[in-house]
Amino acid sequence: MSEPLVNLPDHIRSEDDRRMETLMGRLLQIGVLVASAFVLLGGILYLREHLGTVVGYGLFKSQPPELRHAKTLLTALAHLRPEAIIQLGVLMLIATPIARVIFAAFAFALERDRLYLVISLVVLGVLVFGLHAS
Amino acid sequence: MTTLVFTLLVFGGSFAAGLLGALTGLGGGVVLVPLLTLAFHVDLRYAIGASLISVIATSSGAAAAYVREGYSNVRIGMFLEVATTIGAICGAFLASRIPTRGLAITFGVVLLYSAYLSWERKGHEHVAAVGSPWSARLRLNGSYPHEGGEVSYRVDRIAAGFATMFGAGTLSGLLGIGSGAVKVLAMDKVMRIPFKVSTTTSNFMIGVTAAASAGIYLRRGYINPELAFPVMLGVLAGSLLGARLLVKTRVSLLRAVFTVVILALGVEMIVNGWMGKL
Repeated sequence: MSEPLVNLPDHIRSEDDRRMETLMGRLLQIGVLVASAFVLLGGILYLREHLGTVVGYGLFKSQPPELRHAKTLLTALAHLRPEAIIQLGVLMLIATPIARVIFAAFAFALERDRLYLVISLVVLGVLVFGLHAS
Repeated sequence: MTTLVFTLLVFGGSFAAGLLGALTGLGGGVVLVPLLTLAFHVDLRYAIGASLISVIATSSGAAAAYVREGYSNVRIGMFLEVATTIGAICGAFLASRIPTRGLAITFGVVLLYSAYLSWERKGHEHVAAVGSPWSARLRLNGSYPHEGGEVSYRVDRIAAGFATMFGAGTLSGLLGIGSGAVKVLAMDKVMRIPFKVSTTTSNFMIGVTAAASAGIYLRRGYINPELAFPVMLGVLAGSLLGARLLVKTRVSLLRAVFTVVILALGVEMIVNGWMGKL
């Protein structure tokens, strides 16, 4: 705090950054809200079907393939399977931070900040790799 | 236990984990996974998958509130996310190679370390760092509001911070936690970024980091929708309420209690992992 505070370009830039972050924050909140709504809907439908059944998650068995891949998930959705509706919500939720990175990349491009445009694209590349790897 | 009772109990437990996690600033994931495995006997892999999802929900859900405070630094976050996301993917790959017992013991050690960090942490602000010359070159310098004015800061020891962030990402991908404690450690202690800036920027990074490994967990079938449903909604509701209460509550006693809980859970995870019960 003993450092001099006058650094005008930094301050102007941080104003821009803050506006961008506020927008991003809203974007993320809406994403979470929509995703939660799908998870809640699917969850209630699931409970209605399985009210009296006994559970056991003590043994690991991988989820059925149709719930693990986007294309087949759509087919399961078309049959209105509750698990598929929850999983769609989960996918939307995973998409919210990814949307944030895409949004940041656009904002950096508008600010003509090439360094951070490249850094955002690298992060995006890693995220896309994560979605395709298994 | 019927599905309805199980779901309600898991929702309640997740709500408590999210609430305590937000109030103490340690995040819900660290208690959630032990709770699911030790109390509800959920398979460790399902617990990790569900926790990972709840971590994303908490991070994205709280983002708007954190932004309003004006402390977070989007450039520092994005720069360090290169390290945390690559780390997270390594962690997710490691998770399928390490036997469950090994995962449980690793988790226990992380819990013990979190308890230590939370015990040691006190409200401190260090003297502004001189900063590495790379801080300006990478445009990591920033400023935050303080008593009506702006305080500017620089970033120090960038390479060491970047490496620590890789470790934080690996832990996140391996154990399905946000590893916010390690992220704050990297920014606050290693890079000497002001504490408030470190914690709020860390919140942003947690979601992006978790998203990097969540896809891998989903494709492996580790994310069980019936379990993700009460866990995600419970943790989210708990952490949002916690963030509201935070302003009014004195958290020192709560943190002390939470530290003891984490300590006990850590020991139990290690013992159970060692004996092959998980």
